[in-house]
Amino acid sequence: MNVHAVKAIYRYEMARMFRTVVQSIVAPVLSTSLYFVIFGAAIGSRITEIDGVSYGSFIVPGLIMLSIMTESISNSSFAIYFPKFTGTIFELLSAPVSYGEVMLGYVGAAASKSVIIGTIILLTANFFVDIEIAHPLIMVAFLLLTCVSFCLFGFILGIWATGWEKLTIVPTLIIMPLTFLGGTFYSISMLPPIWQTISLFNPVVYLISGFRWSFYENADVSVALSLGITIGFLVTCVLVVRWIFKTGYRLRS
Amino acid sequence: MIWIDGLTKTYAGGFRALNNVSLEINRGEIFALLGPNGAGKTTLINVVCGIVNATAGKVEVDGHDIVSDYRLTRAKIGLVPQEMPTESFETVWNTCQFSRGLFGKPASPDHLEKVLKSLSLWDRKDTISMELSGGMKRRVLIAKALAHEPEVLFLDEPTAGVDVELRQDMWNVVAALREEGVTVILTTHYIEEAEQLADRVGVINHGEIILVEEKEKLMRDLGKKQLVLNLPTPLAEVPPQLASYQLELSDDRLDLTYTYDTKRERTGITALLGELNAAGIHFTDLQTSQSSLEDIFVDLVNRGR
Ligand SMILES: Nc1ncnc2c1ncn2[C@@H]1O[C@H](COP(=O)(O)OP(=O)(O)OP(=O)(O)O)[C@@H](O)[C@H]1O
Ligand SMILES: [Mg+2]
Repeated sequence: MNVHAVKAIYRYEMARMFRTVVQSIVAPVLSTSLYFVIFGAAIGSRITEIDGVSYGSFIVPGLIMLSIMTESISNSSFAIYFPKFTGTIFELLSAPVSYGEVMLGYVGAAASKSVIIGTIILLTANFFVDIEIAHPLIMVAFLLLTCVSFCLFGFILGIWATGWEKLTIVPTLIIMPLTFLGGTFYSISMLPPIWQTISLFNPVVYLISGFRWSFYENADVSVALSLGITIGFLVTCVLVVRWIFKTGYRLRS
Repeated sequence: MIWIDGLTKTYAGGFRALNNVSLEINRGEIFALLGPNGAGKTTLINVVCGIVNATAGKVEVDGHDIVSDYRLTRAKIGLVPQEMPTESFETVWNTCQFSRGLFGKPASPDHLEKVLKSLSLWDRKDTISMELSGGMKRRVLIAKALAHEPEVLFLDEPTAGVDVELRQDMWNVVAALREEGVTVILTTHYIEEAEQLADRVGVINHGEIILVEEKEKLMRDLGKKQLVLNLPTPLAEVPPQLASYQLELSDDRLDLTYTYDTKRERTGITALLGELNAAGIHFTDLQTSQSSLEDIFVDLVNRGR
């Protein structure tokens, strides 16, 4: 394995993040904090508890998920789309690296970034609302799995996109609605039965439900199912990346 | 060092950019690939480097297949692309270090220092590469390609649009690389460059290699010299006693041209001048010119039409 290459990519990408620390860390943390202020402190106090958890606390896991999903996708899609756009990707294509190494470098860096963001948001939330974490290990597992799989998804998106528009269309038209309808701000059980059934087709529901369970032990769907679906998504993404590098799809003519 | 056999590349649109190309490049030589725009030079390089997938054919680098042994072959190759990508928000030093790592080598500040110094980039090592001038950026690209100590260096039109000084610098770098035993393949439109640098020359046109030859031999074989005599008054015709020289009289009848072969022991110049004098033909000036690689090249490409 070309360890030097993985390190080189990882370092390069992390350096990019620290160069743009305002955009890549401060911005998402700030915008999520605003949700805590509005829904946690202001409106939250007028909403009744959900399954024995105050509304402000209830939305924390969902907001963290929301934030790391969007950040993961946008960071890693940009990381690979930009060199494609400028032409510097020739270097990556001519380098003695396998798809696994490229993936480790880029997705590893983007996922690290997301984990950092998620952790900062969690710490920030602690200032505004009460948080308990019933199952810290499972919480970390969900956090890591989500970061990695959405970074992989973003990586695929960045390779697939042939223009800036395509790069933004998937996050805004598909991912945003799925995350907002995925139970960040409500419990699926609060919906009319027909919408509950429809929601079960939304993979984000499983992520948020599982993640929230690790905090407050209440879940919309079973935790095992949540974990299974998350891992399934991750494996699918890895296979797609493998196929991309095998065939050279949208990378090599 | 590089062995290409029956290489064909058909792009997605159906355009055949390379047609059954076979070519061998020896270790340590400098090979110049000449050809008009769109001939397939960049495509050929990109296939060897792994940027473009071949449609058919086989390429080996140092005895290893570029597809099944891509780790081995790519680690040996450095590429300076034709298009200059607008990188990067990183410093020159960091971007070179990145390249070295990417190609699987542990960090070596000494080597990077040597490379940057040879390209007069040392005092710019902490500059953001985006803030450099175009010529400097090209130097950075060369430094990046050399960062991992490649055994083969591809230079795809390295001196297109660079000033005389940088061109000279690059020629020096190429000469130094040759001393170290690095194989260099360069494409160029400046025939002068091939004449100066290359050991062998290949000409490609419409995706086919139409000639591969030692540069010296090429220029010797095809290299004829001409002597042009400028006459003070128009000459009606070449006197019959000079027929054996096969002189050509220009349309305005003011220039006499004698074509001779430099590799012959006797060029016949002394005798010709003597006989001209005897025939009472005077001249005001004279020039000699040698057909350059450029003439040879233009000739070859035109014949291919
Ligand atoms: N990605 C591509 N898709 C389709 N056709 C391509 C692609 N890249 C190159 N071509 C075509 O292949 C042919 C050869 O191109 P190539 O870039 O190899 O030429 P070249 O010899 O390097 O020319 P130049 O001297 O202009 O750099 C051209 O006709 C070009 O239009
Ligand atoms: Mg070219």
